[in-house]
Amino acid sequence: MKGIRLVPDKTSIRFVRYGKLSLIVSGLAMLASIVLFFVLDLNYGIDFRGGTLIELRDKGGEADIGALRVKIGKLGLGEVQIQEFGGPSDVLIRIEQQPGGEGKQQRAIAAIKGALGDTVDYRRVEVVGPTVSGELKTSGAIAVFVAMFAVLLYIWFRFEWQFSVGAVAALVHDVTLTIGIFCGLQLEFSLSIIAAILTIVGYSLNDTVVVYDRVRENLRKYKKMALPELLDLSINETLARTILTSVTTLIALGSLYILGGEVIRGFTFAMIWGVLVGTYSSIFIAAPLLLRLGVRRDWSGLGGAKVKDPSQNKEKSPPGGPVERPMPGE
Amino acid sequence: MLHFDRWKVILILAIAACGVIFALPNLFSAKSLENLPDWIPHKQINLGLDLQGGAHLLYEMDQKELVQDWLKTIRGDVRDALRQERIGYRGLAMSPANRTVQVRIRDLEKVPDALKKIRQINESVGGSVFTGAAGNTLNVTDRGEGVIALEITDQGLQHRISAAIEASIETVRRRIDAFGTTEPTIQRQGIDRILVQVPGIDDVARLKQMVGKTGKLEFKLVDPSTTCQEAKDSGRTPPGTEIIESGDGFSSCYLVQSRAMVTGENLVDSQPGFDQQTNEPVVSFRFDTAGGRRFGRVTQTNVGRPFAIILDEKVISAPVIREPILGGSGQISGRFSVQEANDLAVLLRSGALPANLTIIEERTVGASLGADSIAAGEFAGLIGIVFVVAFILFSYGLFGVFANIALAVNIALIIGTLSLLQATLTLPGIAGIVLTIGMAVDANVLIFERIREEARAGKSAIASIDSGYSRAIGTILDANITTFIAAIILFWLGSGPIRGFAVTLSVGIVTSVFTAYTVTRLMVAQWVRMRRPSSVPL
Repeated sequence: MKGIRLVPDKTSIRFVRYGKLSLIVSGLAMLASIVLFFVLDLNYGIDFRGGTLIELRDKGGEADIGALRVKIGKLGLGEVQIQEFGGPSDVLIRIEQQPGGEGKQQRAIAAIKGALGDTVDYRRVEVVGPTVSGELKTSGAIAVFVAMFAVLLYIWFRFEWQFSVGAVAALVHDVTLTIGIFCGLQLEFSLSIIAAILTIVGYSLNDTVVVYDRVRENLRKYKKMALPELLDLSINETLARTILTSVTTLIALGSLYILGGEVIRGFTFAMIWGVLVGTYSSIFIAAPLLLRLGVRRDWSGLGGAKVKDPSQNKEKSPPGGPVERPMPGE
Repeated sequence: MLHFDRWKVILILAIAACGVIFALPNLFSAKSLENLPDWIPHKQINLGLDLQGGAHLLYEMDQKELVQDWLKTIRGDVRDALRQERIGYRGLAMSPANRTVQVRIRDLEKVPDALKKIRQINESVGGSVFTGAAGNTLNVTDRGEGVIALEITDQGLQHRISAAIEASIETVRRRIDAFGTTEPTIQRQGIDRILVQVPGIDDVARLKQMVGKTGKLEFKLVDPSTTCQEAKDSGRTPPGTEIIESGDGFSSCYLVQSRAMVTGENLVDSQPGFDQQTNEPVVSFRFDTAGGRRFGRVTQTNVGRPFAIILDEKVISAPVIREPILGGSGQISGRFSVQEANDLAVLLRSGALPANLTIIEERTVGASLGADSIAAGEFAGLIGIVFVVAFILFSYGLFGVFANIALAVNIALIIGTLSLLQATLTLPGIAGIVLTIGMAVDANVLIFERIREEARAGKSAIASIDSGYSRAIGTILDANITTFIAAIILFWLGSGPIRGFAVTLSVGIVTSVFTAYTVTRLMVAQWVRMRRPSSVPL
């Protein structure tokens, strides 16, 4: 019983040739994300902005959002968002942080419960006061930076600094684009999105490390091959794995996104996006960057020249294709 | 790579079997679990509040109030000390902003005496509240011209807050225990916070009311000289009296004597009950000996006058003293419902909180949403697994079967580990498991792709399998350690549901590397030995 090849055995796509293009495209996308961040800003959820969130289900079947809006509008709670949430009887109410300190937040809930009474079932109530929202914001940002730094150190320790910089550049790329899409689509940015971003950090790295591992192996194996070709070879060799793993992960995440319920939809969306961007970046960002950063060629001994400009390396190496290459000794 | 020592085989199988055994209880309902034989583990995964429903309330203690109360006590102590020594003073004042009490001694020659006496307050404060050498709770300084200042030190405040938080936790625990819910968590967080988690509670409003109330009970005589409305209108209250708002339904406020007859500190017990004549719910209480004596004395001399029962600066009832109450016990009737009487009795019994607690974070999930989340998570997980299994089978054929068996073992190991560790499974945690399932195959994919490559390079089946495994392991470790680092950081900085996600993710990483590298390899090795394949079916 043999498996079916999703990715052909022998691919020789010249990824590095698109390196310049992909770096430009990604650079623009990152720029766009940053612009979006400063123009539109993230749509912070109550975790970071403070305020109150109430999810309720109408006991009488379909909820009348218009009527709710009128009832709640009379309470004078400032900015209130009311929207359907997952089904016709489920409603999500977001109330902005009430001025006057921690104690005042509880009054907003009391007011809502007073106004709506027993006609609804309160499925979820979340209140985050000003102190806690500030803390969550800080610790979230710290978490993302610490994660990136820890990973930078690990890669540095395991590889060379060029790999480390390449991997972290790919990470910054992934995180920036994730924040960009959350700004662009104005999706709610909550604490769980930070968790998703950290997972993306781990996943994207996972992908990058697999490619880098192969690059390092090939650097030892083919001492004369030009760096662009070597990178292409490495990416092609790992391509089947990269795609297969992305597909299985996306299958699992897709199922969660569609069937997992409204509460974690934002979380799974971030993750799906992260897997897509992470897969792209490990091929089109992390690898081409190695070329630009210059990697030590001679891995057999100490020292060795660095290849700063690949065009200077005119040594002819065997064309891509595994069978034609010399067999390394066991 | 394809040779396994016998003990290794046994170890691998034992670990897999343990995973299954520890995961098993989760397939049963709590009821049928009781009927299972004893040798089967009974621990199920702990469900987080977001899955089983419940309340998560983070309280912060009001430091200002604590300092204010403390300064009041210090001011009283200074007054007593100076009076006792007959030292004249003026301008005895407290300043909460500077955490200071200040006094000016009239006769400059008496300043050293006063200082000596006041320093003793410091010691007595330090000694009574805190054990050991925590003497520096106050910083007593001579500021010249007869001015003496007592400043609460940082260390002193820290100790005070600590003690207050510990006391509050006990009080809160007594109050929540009255709900009879299973396994509430009440723990200190940081310096001045208390985290209260009550799984499966429905009436969150009542919970909040019970926990958040200070519960300060006072009995004060009503001042008959004027009504509170008149006092309010004139803007002046007779000396030694104060106006207290009322919720008893008879009067909107009462003018009462500032000095309490007795306070809740003298209470030893309180129970809900019914009035024997009117049959309405009441709360009966009993004072300690000192309290009972004082209450008896005051009621004896004030028959026919009303007194106010005040809870947290609000009158709940103002009965008229019909006869001296000498037995040290009494009852409060205030048009309570049965539950209100019950809650009040608990509140009084549990004692007052040292300072007000304010909710700074609340997350409550109803049981119905929790159940929906579990159902949705399980369904999504199941569908995800089915598709991943099919995909792997489709991609790798026979080896895909091996990978899928390993995946099943992996899931059992994750669930078994979570049950064994009694880790909390949250909704993001379920997502973590599903994600791990997607990623778990990664290790197998890495290995299988490597084997394919080796075979393509012209190696024999056994040699390709062998070197496929030995070469992929480095990559597998590198790739998974990075994700593991992210998961650890998530656990370290996250809270609640996020932490649950970090736990399942890291457990999943470890088990998936283990299953891919050992369980699958064991199956492949067995297959190689039985079939002696000439080519790899990949």
